[in-house]
Amino acid sequence: MPSKAIKTFITPLGKENPVFVQILGICSTLAVTNKFENTLVMVIGVIFTTTLSSFTFSLLRKIIPSRIRMMVETLIIATFVIIVDIALRAYMPEVWQQLGPYVGLIITNCIVMGRLEAFASSNPPGLSLIDGLGSGIGYAYVLLIIAFFRELLGSGTIWGISVFGDWWTNWAIMIMPPGAFFMLAIFIWVVKGRAAE
Amino acid sequence: MSFTPVAIFFGAIFTGNILLSNYLGMCSFLSVSKEIKTSTGLGAAVIFVMAVTTMLNWIVYHYLLIPFHLEYLRFIVFIVVIAAFVQLVEMIIERVSEGLYAALGIFLPLITVNCAILGVSLFMVIRSYTLAESFFFGLGSGVGWFLAIIAMAGIRKKMVGAKIPKGLEGPGITLIIAGMMALAFMGFSGMINIS
Repeated sequence: MPSKAIKTFITPLGKENPVFVQILGICSTLAVTNKFENTLVMVIGVIFTTTLSSFTFSLLRKIIPSRIRMMVETLIIATFVIIVDIALRAYMPEVWQQLGPYVGLIITNCIVMGRLEAFASSNPPGLSLIDGLGSGIGYAYVLLIIAFFRELLGSGTIWGISVFGDWWTNWAIMIMPPGAFFMLAIFIWVVKGRAAE
Repeated sequence: MSFTPVAIFFGAIFTGNILLSNYLGMCSFLSVSKEIKTSTGLGAAVIFVMAVTTMLNWIVYHYLLIPFHLEYLRFIVFIVVIAAFVQLVEMIIERVSEGLYAALGIFLPLITVNCAILGVSLFMVIRSYTLAESFFFGLGSGVGWFLAIIAMAGIRKKMVGAKIPKGLEGPGITLIIAGMMALAFMGFSGMINIS
């Protein structure tokens, strides 16, 4: 049993990573990664949502009629997203404002829904919790890496602290939409290219 | 901060393209854009659903949620409205066009979780549009999404025989093309600013 739990946790980190293997949850991957701080807040929100909604859905999986399964999934996810939204608004209003609609859009993040459908609907709560956590972390570290490079190249800073000094000319393109697309493409290229070798 | 609905309509298509500058609707964009025909079908469905749901959500938000101080429930309410509406559209398409239904297959339910649809409703609340503005914003965003996915499908069709570096096939190269399209659309940004 413990080895199965470890395997469940490890798989989404690499071999079946939600972002660069399954290409899910791309919207927020692109949208929130222009500042490291915002990205960190966002991924914590997503980890919270995937973990707890997987757990909750798994608890209820035997009593939910299959016809309304999708609707129940959405409602469970939305409940946790509302908690994240209210907490952010109360404690970090600035970040909340910058993230804008993307906090609410965790509901439609395919990763969360995908894990509920693919895993939590047929596995016990404990294991589903681990799976949700693993998927959340698999998503989180990819975003943090992308955000690190985008903020570094685009603003010359990390966490708002200047790294390069005055001689550095900002690559403004990196914090704008095209930079997000290019950065994610490069990330996928590096990872998949290595896997192909 | 008053914009005419027409300006919002064109702004949503070009300067603030929902896909290329707000990154919404990427999942279906990446997976469906392989063929022009399917893209057209999905794009048309998105235009329709987006325009109508934005309006419905505006009505629900302003006449139901605000009077009862239930704004925090907007995520749940919006998604339920969208899901119900998509279900309706699915039933209609199934009756009217069997070919389209077979082609879209699993993608119609995916419209419910297409972040662009919910995103447009959330933007509408954040930017406090009026009813007419919301409708044109939804319509414009849908058209913008349609334009982007058709363009992408056309480009991908031309690339079938192209030699692509290892590891970049599929999603990688699609993202790079999307990046270039975003660059091109940035050229419009001086025209109208809606954000």
